[in-house]
Amino acid sequence: MAIRVVDEALAEASASERARIIATLIKITGDWELAEDCTQDAFAKAVTEWATTGVPTKPGAWLTTVAKNRAIDRLRRSATETRAVAELAVLESLTEVDVHELDDDRLRLIFTCCHPALAMEARVALTLRTVAGLTTAEIARAFLVTESTMTKRLVRARAKIKAAGIPYRVPPAHLLPERATGVFSVLYLLFNEGYSASVGETLVRAPLTREAIRLTRLVVALLGDDPLATEGLGLLALMLFHQAREESRTDATGDIITLEHQDRTLWNPVLIAEGRAALAEATRRRARPGVYLLQAAIAQCHVVAPSAEATDFGRVARLYEALGVVSPSPVVELNRAVAVAMSQGPEAGLEIIDGLAASGTLEGYYLLPAARADLLRRLGRRTEAAVEYRAALALAPSEVEQRYLQRRLAESTR
Amino acid sequence: MQYMLLICTDATAPEDTGPSDIEEWVEEMDSRGIRLSGQRLRPPTDATVVKVRGGDVVVTDGPFAETKDWIAGYDIIECTDLDEAIEVASKHEMARRGQIEIRPIWPFE
Repeated sequence: MAIRVVDEALAEASASERARIIATLIKITGDWELAEDCTQDAFAKAVTEWATTGVPTKPGAWLTTVAKNRAIDRLRRSATETRAVAELAVLESLTEVDVHELDDDRLRLIFTCCHPALAMEARVALTLRTVAGLTTAEIARAFLVTESTMTKRLVRARAKIKAAGIPYRVPPAHLLPERATGVFSVLYLLFNEGYSASVGETLVRAPLTREAIRLTRLVVALLGDDPLATEGLGLLALMLFHQAREESRTDATGDIITLEHQDRTLWNPVLIAEGRAALAEATRRRARPGVYLLQAAIAQCHVVAPSAEATDFGRVARLYEALGVVSPSPVVELNRAVAVAMSQGPEAGLEIIDGLAASGTLEGYYLLPAARADLLRRLGRRTEAAVEYRAALALAPSEVEQRYLQRRLAESTR
Repeated sequence: MQYMLLICTDATAPEDTGPSDIEEWVEEMDSRGIRLSGQRLRPPTDATVVKVRGGDVVVTDGPFAETKDWIAGYDIIECTDLDEAIEVASKHEMARRGQIEIRPIWPFE
């Protein structure tokens, strides 16, 4: 069997099935480490076995069975040592469980991973590891720490869940609003992990983004009429607007196509319609707009415009300004600068960017020199633009982004 | 699961001059079978610190750490999980007037 086919099947299973398998094993054994280890073992076994026997018709079921058997083996071994009655009882339920009846397990997993008693960095790391199935190395890279630091962080987080008695459940109604806010921020991070793929070569890891959208829909439904559902709707709309443009973001060779050059006929009208409906519903509820609602409103300006030139960049700039009030950040300011450049001309945008560069708050962030380079290029200052493109290249996190910048660099040095 | 609630002061807490409702809290948590025991503690000015160094008992006055905030009391509670412990702690008047640290009891196995 071709390695490529096996790799693709494994990647697909990892994105869609890993969290479900882990969630199921945690539910039965109550042991996070055991659940993750056994799931990992199942994937490792798949690498060798699928290469010779072929990809099974139901990869998820195959992996679940292997992981389950592995857990039974390990529990049985420790049970003979300690004669632990409790573990034998677990063993019973483990052999009987039907995995797919536990459909809400991933939601339970998410709420537990996002419990406020865990440090924010631990919540994010745990969700990416356990729910999204990223490797510890990938998460470490994304957070600019060593793999051993990230390993320790995850071990400590799992240990605290057990030692502090953090419940493994979807919180009851009266706790949902506050817990949901924490979940939103982790879900958005998860979506972005899939969408902008800070790891690997593929720009879009569709299963991750789909998963984030699916879980956001679920959390929104759970929140019902609660005012906090409004932000959930905003987050949902934001994700849908991004996702709608998925097909148009890269060309046949996987290179980036920027928003202004994207083929708008490729944008998914169904996702855009759902996003607009979510945003309209959120607006109807008249809650004070938060970070997600404002970002969704910005994204909507782009997706409803018939062409890049027809985009209401004045409105985009004003929305970024409002966003900067709710959540001040140099990245928001950078985006406002780009919108200002589009509505008032490159000089006006460049002025804001130069202020940002002088403040040093975005040092090391590749989009700062990349944005500066684009504006310089538009102003015909090609030599300066080339310098900025080189600076951006040195900082760009993934290969697709590097290729994009290289193309632009070539254009300005031609 | 058993937890200890460390009832602490918090110099940064907003002024709360409302009437004390600690008796209602104790009554509720006792009747729910949650509160197993608990006491107030005298302030750090009444504390004594003991160390044995090189075989000698060294006694000093005052708390072992100089901090603005101090432990004013404790409760041992029995809860199903951390969320219940958080609910119990949040109803304690010192959650408003000070702060409460929830620490799981670590039993000997």
